[in-house]
Amino acid sequence: MTEFEYKLELAKQAVTKGKLSRRDFTKFALAGGLTLTVADGLFMKAARAQAKQGGHFRAGLGHGNTTDTFDPATYAHGLNFGWGRSLVGATLTRTDQKNNVVPYLAESFEPSDGAKKWVFKLRKGVTFHNGKTLTSDDVVGTINYHMGPDSKSAGKAYLGGVASVKADGPDTVVFELKGADADFPYAFAQYQFPILAITDGKPDVTGNGAGPYILDGFEPGVKVHFKRNPNAFAPGNFDEVTQLVILDAAARTNAYLSGEVDYIDKVDLKTIDMLKSAPDTAIYDVSGMQHYTAPMLTDTAPFDKPEVRQALKWAINRQELVDKVLFGYGKPGNDSPLAPSMKFATSPEPVHTYDPEKAKSILAKAGLSGLKVDISAADAAFAGSVDAALLMAEHAKAAGIEINVVREPNDGYWDNVWIKKPWCHCYWGGRPTADTMLTVSLSEGAAWNDTRWKNARFNELLPQARGETDDAKRAALYAEMQQLVHDDGGQMVLMFANYVGAMTTKLGHGDFNSDNDFDGGYMYDRWWFV
Amino acid sequence: MHPVIRTVLQRLGLGLLTLFAVSVIIFSTLEMLPGGFAEAILGQGATPETVAAFNKSLGLDRPPLTRYVEWITGAVQGDFGKSFAGAGGWRSENVRTVSGIIGPRLYNTFFLAGLTAIIAVPIALGLGLLTALYRNTWFDRVANATTLTTIASPEFFVAYILVFFLAVKLRWFPPLSTVSATTPFAEHFYKALLPALTLTLVIVAHMMRMTRASIISLLASPYIEMARLKGLSRSQVILRHALPNAWAPIATVIAFNLAYLVVGVVVVEVVFTYPGIGQLMVDSVGSRDMPVAQACALIFAATYILLNLLADIIAIITNPRLLHPK
Repeated sequence: MTEFEYKLELAKQAVTKGKLSRRDFTKFALAGGLTLTVADGLFMKAARAQAKQGGHFRAGLGHGNTTDTFDPATYAHGLNFGWGRSLVGATLTRTDQKNNVVPYLAESFEPSDGAKKWVFKLRKGVTFHNGKTLTSDDVVGTINYHMGPDSKSAGKAYLGGVASVKADGPDTVVFELKGADADFPYAFAQYQFPILAITDGKPDVTGNGAGPYILDGFEPGVKVHFKRNPNAFAPGNFDEVTQLVILDAAARTNAYLSGEVDYIDKVDLKTIDMLKSAPDTAIYDVSGMQHYTAPMLTDTAPFDKPEVRQALKWAINRQELVDKVLFGYGKPGNDSPLAPSMKFATSPEPVHTYDPEKAKSILAKAGLSGLKVDISAADAAFAGSVDAALLMAEHAKAAGIEINVVREPNDGYWDNVWIKKPWCHCYWGGRPTADTMLTVSLSEGAAWNDTRWKNARFNELLPQARGETDDAKRAALYAEMQQLVHDDGGQMVLMFANYVGAMTTKLGHGDFNSDNDFDGGYMYDRWWFV
Repeated sequence: MHPVIRTVLQRLGLGLLTLFAVSVIIFSTLEMLPGGFAEAILGQGATPETVAAFNKSLGLDRPPLTRYVEWITGAVQGDFGKSFAGAGGWRSENVRTVSGIIGPRLYNTFFLAGLTAIIAVPIALGLGLLTALYRNTWFDRVANATTLTTIASPEFFVAYILVFFLAVKLRWFPPLSTVSATTPFAEHFYKALLPALTLTLVIVAHMMRMTRASIISLLASPYIEMARLKGLSRSQVILRHALPNAWAPIATVIAFNLAYLVVGVVVVEVVFTYPGIGQLMVDSVGSRDMPVAQACALIFAATYILLNLLADIIAIITNPRLLHPK
């Protein structure tokens, strides 16, 4: 290292610590013989590595409704991810960028009795926005709120395995489970489970939480404003955060281009190349767990025949769907619902690619040539669903299968089409662990088993894998289960869709979470202005 | 009784009857929609248990007739009830009254409609008179072609074009019209200008062409010929003699367009994210928030009835034959 390089390194560190201004750094670098562009680039890089406090972060989001409330039992969409995970709410645990579960409000969590009993120790001295101190009673009350018989919470699904939850002193909560669950702490990182303040036995669902930001103005379906919580145990970087509800994709883009907002989600992929060329713009592109599926009801003709399901899986050109429906922002699926980035995800062989000849021969062998099926599609299932269905019909023609595309209304799609029509489109936001994903969507008796698939071996392996604490043995169990779904299941996993947004380069950030959009919902306290 | 007052009272009575019929239609239509609030709010997350718990706490497990009577009795007394949103929570702080939700949005909608009317109506009348005066000239053709083009383009397209040029390129206006109850009047005015301009372009043609057509049709009548033979100038003929007799159809069209400004501008609201009542209605139907949807629909119906009544009164007042019947 020359003397200049050494000094440059020191200067960069000074910038990172905020001790050297842009002007001084550039002067120094120019004196050392660097060009202005290079010097500036170096400065930005060094400056960005350091999280800074301050600024007003404005996010333009394609979610939100006039019926929104701060009751976590009703949390369901993109605004809520932030509310529960990094704005007003604080959860017991968090997921990190590599999708491991890490402590947050809980200082630690320990399993015992072969993962049938879990002990959570709470961080001390944490207060809610209204000044109340967090105790184990708040945690127990919150869990009971979601778990109780009158619960309307979508989070209830995560708590089916809980036999009892008890406070053991002010800082300890003990969970007894019905069966062993090695992934149990993941449940409490979900956005439905910010810990609520309990007063007189009732949870406070007015937006009072222990999170890094305080609710400062709420117009449902229009905008939500937050200010930094100075007493947070882990404060956010921004002074203020505003979530603007902009449902129209073109309006969102315009708002971003004219500098009204710093970040937008759900970018219109048709025009993304033009957006890319806007000044100081970075594309937020994260390959997540969200996937688009075409579930077939395995107890309804003709999908009750395994050959029909197999043939259809070979008859669809998934790569073309990724290219044309997702404009390349995604990956083709291989009929396992586990995203490749997830722990224990495998790619079962043979990989289902487009092979109309094979599909034809499978059908011919089973005496099912000239298969005709209906598929129900609507953009409520996922953006571009109808186009995808039409493409699928084209692909299947080469295999001698006639797919009739039935266009369904968006309104009421989940009530009237999903798990009602024999074959339709659906999307899954993904689940943090292999166990929850497989349990929720494929296990026998699950409310969302949208293929009504009942595979004895699969249902036997599932609880076995859940309670297994040895990772190697677990991996083998999950591999076998994924193979079963891949070969026999009715869920055609068409593609994994990326989360695509746009943000100004003035925003600093680290690696992104992949378990949800918006950096997993953590962007509000993780990102900063450079 | 003066015929005008009698007509007004008659119309008001009929309007009330119409509103009652509309309320029945609204209620039964919303009742027939598939799915309910619970399913809509829980989406994929709706399990039979959570849906049942939701419906019970909202009182949706009771028969529709009971709920209708309850709603309409409240509405007659000015109480539109409580929104379903937040009603599922445990605390009363989260429950919002329908009037509390609709109030600020209705103000925004009237603000935008008023602003648009102030811009659009004079332009339309002026252009209508001028094109009638100079009909079949190049001015007439250009005015007609331009306004017809803007009315024939979809609203969102007109809006995007205006946003692109006036907000993104020239930066004269903000691209978003997000206003709230605390927005000062001047800022509200400024933010509402771009949507108002969009709507102006959308409604001007209709009113302008009606003005032009009704004046031109009058120009062939004998009393106009008389006026002309008297030696009056063309503009005097039109303003003093033709226009007073043309008010009735013009007023009807203006009323129709004003009603549209109140009830039909949801697309423009979405493009500019202007928090008006149209977006609220669409949202509440989508999420099956029945009390809000019902109240919106009633307000829309009342708007149409009142504006049409107003147009009829203007027609009567401007027509001596109706004002002094034999």
